[in-house]
This record gives sequence, structure tokens and C-alpha cells, in this order.
Amino acid sequence: MSIETGKILTTDGIPLEVSLKKAERKNKIKAFLLVAPLLFFLLITYIFPIGDMLMRSVDDKMVTEMLPKTFKSMEKWDGKELPPEEVFESFYLDFQKLVEEKRDGKLSTQLNYTKNGFKSILKKLRRKAKNFEEGNYKEQIMAVHQRWADVEYWRAIQRRAPAYTSQKYLKGIDMYKNEEGNIVSVEEDRRIHRILWLRTLEIAFFVTLLCFLMAYPIAHLLATLPMKYSNLLMICVLLPFWTSLLVRTASWMILLQQQGVVNDFFVMIGLVADDNRPEMMFNKTGTYVAMTQILLPFMVLPLYSVMKTISPSLMRAGKSLGGTPFVAFWKVYFPLTIPGIGAGCLLVFILAIGYYITPALVGGASGTLISNQIAFHMKSTLDWSFASAMGLMLLAGVLAIYWIYNKLVGVDNIKLG
Amino acid sequence: MSKNLDFVKFDKVDKSYDGKVLVVKDLNLDIAEGEFITMLGPSGSGKTTCLMMLAGFETPTNGEIYLDKNPISNIPPHKRGIGMVFQNYALFPHMTVYENLAFPLKVRKFQKDEIDKKVDKALSMVSLSGFEHRMPGQLSGGQQQRVAVARSLVFDPQLVLMDEPLGALDKNLRESMQYEIKHIHESIGVTVVYVTHDQSEALTMSNRIAVFNDGKVQQLSSPDKLYEEPVNSFVAEFIGENNTFAGLVTNMSGKECKVKLNDGTEIVANPISVKSNGDKTTVSLRPERALINTKEKMDNNFKGKIEEVIYHGDHTRVRLDLLGNKEFILKVPNSSANMDIKMGNQINVSWNSRDARALDPK
Repeated sequence: MSIETGKILTTDGIPLEVSLKKAERKNKIKAFLLVAPLLFFLLITYIFPIGDMLMRSVDDKMVTEMLPKTFKSMEKWDGKELPPEEVFESFYLDFQKLVEEKRDGKLSTQLNYTKNGFKSILKKLRRKAKNFEEGNYKEQIMAVHQRWADVEYWRAIQRRAPAYTSQKYLKGIDMYKNEEGNIVSVEEDRRIHRILWLRTLEIAFFVTLLCFLMAYPIAHLLATLPMKYSNLLMICVLLPFWTSLLVRTASWMILLQQQGVVNDFFVMIGLVADDNRPEMMFNKTGTYVAMTQILLPFMVLPLYSVMKTISPSLMRAGKSLGGTPFVAFWKVYFPLTIPGIGAGCLLVFILAIGYYITPALVGGASGTLISNQIAFHMKSTLDWSFASAMGLMLLAGVLAIYWIYNKLVGVDNIKLG
Repeated sequence: MSKNLDFVKFDKVDKSYDGKVLVVKDLNLDIAEGEFITMLGPSGSGKTTCLMMLAGFETPTNGEIYLDKNPISNIPPHKRGIGMVFQNYALFPHMTVYENLAFPLKVRKFQKDEIDKKVDKALSMVSLSGFEHRMPGQLSGGQQQRVAVARSLVFDPQLVLMDEPLGALDKNLRESMQYEIKHIHESIGVTVVYVTHDQSEALTMSNRIAVFNDGKVQQLSSPDKLYEEPVNSFVAEFIGENNTFAGLVTNMSGKECKVKLNDGTEIVANPISVKSNGDKTTVSLRPERALINTKEKMDNNFKGKIEEVIYHGDHTRVRLDLLGNKEFILKVPNSSANMDIKMGNQINVSWNSRDARALDPK
């Protein structure tokens, strides 16, 4: 309850707060209308797809919907012995319905994911089920194939009962839920995703490092040169930025291939023998070189914008106070560029971690990244839920990196321009 | 202890940035130990360049600079041991006040307790004790300025350079800082080379002032001499207010000369840089040296018409039309005797010939 005496009234006797809100309402509506298009755009193109991805990656409704009666009757089954007749009967009914709707193929694919061997026994069941008599389905089904009498297969069906699953995420890090329900790693020779995650992190890290080492002096030069030279240099930095990504990657292919310009030059100056040209493409080297060049401007620009604001008199002050040029740089200049370094590194790292086109073109087998794997599942295996799961894992990774960065450096310390 | 009279010595120093224009021309300047010397001049006159050469951020194109008799052209800035206060303070924004002051001591490898002692002393000198852990951004302009001064002095340099250090402060603060810097100079006896374009700042603070123009020192002398006895019309014009008459020298006679003005009148003046009859000259007269309706006997007496009266509280500025100069300024002290000053009145103006200095023509 508000205290009436404490309220300030306008000359018309309306409480000041109410009057103020009324006066500002129009402006608020105007402001909202201005941002509304962007808000809707983001909602449609970003929030909604991400939400959809999230749903898709955990969605396991397909089997749940195909075998509704079975799962209902399985609720009472403890999973130790073969299920009771009731379960067999409802499975038969569900299955017959699917056969009528010609959806049994999908079921067999899905169940085969869970356990190998379902495909053939379902096919057999479909054939034999036409002649089933009413009642005692347990005996009839078990007679179709011996696997139907194996409790393992019934447990496998039961595992598909939940509408949601984490198995795609587990698969993304080369793990799965075994029959006992424990989460275990796949055999060592099948762990491809972990290698890819590690490689993605490694390449992103070293590309960021290389970009930083190269961009720092350039940015410093840009910030200290007189205007007419720095403009020219700036254009040199930005020119590749304005060229199509594909063109730039393709030109690296021309330069780096075994009969390419760089190799020809090495042979010419006698650095390598003509019959022993090094492979600089379709491996990590190619990915490193091309990605570093492409991502360099993202490091230069934030660094430049920060360095531009550092007064040259600070370095002079450092020197006049007795610091050697190195001390003046390290104690005065460098700490002041940290916001730019943070912004540049974060930007390059996050871009590098999700990089796709360049590694796909010049990376070869040993230079591809996790995003290429995502694309593979989107386009080739059509396992969209797995692609979604990996995409979300990538997003989570980026957010985690951002969080760690915030803890270490502080987001307030970022300066993008 | 006998003072070293050429503690800093500029010896025939030339400086050019582009190989076409000399920004400093044949500079010869001796600075005595413990002196407060100001380089004063309009922007682009070469004064900051001189300071930068002394600090080591620029190298002389020709000539040599000596510090305590040693040539320093080849010594990098960090080995010169010269304190410097920069135009915008140049405090390190990511360090606390304490760290800023400790920086020159740390690079000199002082012990921690000694650093603490020196920082304390320097901060109390600029009356900022207790501000050790503030960041420069949390200080006002005047406080930042004082930290910058303290930092330039904390490592006990023998020479401190100040490059327009008060330029960014407001008027009141600037004045109080002037006294503060002057007192610090007096109490610790350090040699100070101070650069400014503000003449009143130069006059209040310095032992000697070097007036720069066009890359050259126009006059080097104490503030009073500079004001009372400018040697050329640039200095007369630049320092303080100045009434000028252009004319020709007609009659040289030792300590006096006659100058015929453009309107035909002859005035008596003090020949400073004129040699013979027929020389063109600009006669310079300080506003406060011309008196109105005086009973004193003076050798120049003329009548002028009051064009404008501007009230300034303690004095009144009167603009006259006198001998063809419509911009003739008088400063009349605010006393009851001078209440008859009205626009349009004719008044008598008189001055002594020795105050009217016949200088080079403009």
C-alpha cells in the first residue's frame, strides 16, 4: 500500500507518476515500433530455428508414436523376463496398423539404429503376421524368429519409449547408452567425433594465435603512420575482406597445390627438390594458411581501433621516465591494448571454430573441422537431428568460451571499434 | 656551490622535418642550473620542437645539445634522466596513482620501501597524500596535473621539462597551479624548462623567458625586462598589450629620436632598433605608460577623442582615436579623479619619450 501523503500530484491533481507514464507511453510505443522489425526478424531467423534445432536434436517421438499401445502395456513390464502376452498383443496390433499404413519400413530403420538385427526379423514378422490367428500372440511371434524370444530385443524396443533422447548428443562425443543403460565410449577406432572436436579447437586456437601475432604489428603501424600511408595500408588490409570468400580460398588452392606457385618458387630457389614437393594443401597446413589470411582483418580492426585511442605521449612518458623502449611497450602500451586483443581473439576464435567453406575446400581429410561433419550429416546422411545436436554443442562451446573469457578478462574490457 | 651557468646548452641547433623548412634555426641557448626558463611563442614557432630535442624524442638536424657539458644527441630518452610533464599529462590510465609514480623508480630498480618513501614524499609535495590507490580517471584535471608533476620529479631528476602542462585546465585552476609549480621549483631547486604559449603564465613563473618566433629566439631575458624593454616589435606585440605608431625616423640625437607619423605629427621616442634618419619604425607604447590629464611634465602631449569605454572593475579601458591610431588603448585606474571619462570627450594624453620604444617596422 502506498502512502497517500507521500505522493506528488501534478497541478491537475493526477499523481505525478501516472502523469509521467502517460506522457512517456507514446515515446515507448514509438521506440518499440522502431525496433520491432529487427525483433521479429531475429525471432524468425534466429530464435525460432535454434529452438527448432534444439527440439529436433532431442526429438525421438517417431517410434513413440508408431508403437503407442506397446509402450503403454510395457509400462508394467520390469524388463527382466520376456514381456507378458499383453505386450505381444499390443505390439502385434501396432505393427499391423503400421503395415496397413506402409510405415513399417521406417520402424525397422529406427529400431535397427537401436539394435542391429531388427530389420530382418521385422520383415519376417510382416510376412508371417498375415496368417496369425487371434489370441496367444506371444507364442506366434516368438515362432517367427528366435530373436523375438530374446529379451534383449524387447528391451531395445522399450528403450525407444521416451519421446526425448540424449543419444544424438552422446553420439556427438562418441558415446552411447549401452543395453544396461550405462553411458560408455564407442570402440577406439570408431571415435571420429572427438578427434574432430579436438582438431577444431586446436586449429581455432592456432589460427587465433597466428592472426594475433601478425595483426598486432600491422595494427600498430596503421595506428601510428601518417594518414595518407595508413589509409593505403588500411585498404590493403580490407581488400581481401571485400573479395568473395570462395575466390580467396580458391586462390589459395592455386598457390598451395603441389604444382602451385609457392611450390614452384621453392623449387626454383632450390629449397626443395622437384620430385619432392611438399603437400601444403588438403591437410592442416592448407587450413591454417587460408583461415589465418581470411580471418586476419577481424583481428586487425579491433586492435587498430583500440591502438588509435592510445596517445603516443604515453609511450614517450614511459621512455622519459626511464623505461627502455621494451619496458615502455610492455608495461604501458601492451596493457592498454588488451581490450582490443580480447575482442580480436574472441572474434577470430569464434569464427574459426565454426568455419566451413575454407576447411572443406583446402582441408582435405586431416584438415576438416566439426562444421564439415555437421554439413555432411545435413546433406549426405540426412540425419538432421544429429546435425542439430552437433550444431547446438558447437553453440554451447562458443557460449562456454565467451563465459570463460568474461571470467578472465571481463566483457566490459572488449572494444570492437 | 657555484652554479653551472650552462647546465643545458643548445649549440647552433637546427631542426628540419622535411628538408625544406627549418623549424628551429641556429638556436643558441644556455640554461643555468636551478633556473626556471620558459620557452614562449605562438604555435608553430619551434618551442615544442626544442623541448622534444632536449627530451630526446627528436634529434637535431645540425648542432649539438649539451647536458651538464656532455653531448646528448646520441643518448636515447630513457637514459637522459630528464623528467617530463606532458601536455595531456600522459598518466598511465591502467595504473593507480601509486603505480604511476613508482614506474620510474621500479625501472631504476629501487627497493620497495625506498619507492614507498619517495612516492609518499612526492605526493605530499603536490598535496595529494592519500590518493595512492585512485586511478587517474577518477581524478579531476587539476589532480591529474599534480600527479603528472609529482611523477616527473619522483626520481629526483636534475632537469624537468614541461610541455604546456596547464593548457587543459580552467583559468582559476591554472593560476593556482602556476604558483604551486613555482613553489615546488623554488623548494627543490630543480632546473625547469617550461613551454607555453600563454604569456601571463610565462611572466608569473619564470626566471627567464625565451620568446620564440619563426624558429628563432627573439629575446631572452627576465620577465620584467621582456615586458618593459622588448627588443623588437614581435616581442612588444606578443607580450602584454601594446599601442603602436608607424612612422619614419627624422631626427636621431643619442638617447632620443623624433618619429614622423603618417599623419604628419612628430613624436619623441626612444631609439632601440633604429640606426639613422629615414629608417622606418614602429613605436611601441604600453597602455599603462600613457596618462590622461596629468600634471606631470612629459615630453609627448597630445589630444585624443574617446571612442569606447569598457568598465573592468578595478580599471577602465579606454579606446582613443589618437594621432590617426583608432585602436589606442589606455588603462585608467578606477579612482574618483577619473570620473569624467565619457564617450566623445577630448582628453589630453601624455607619455615619456623613454617609454615609447622605436622598434623595427612591422
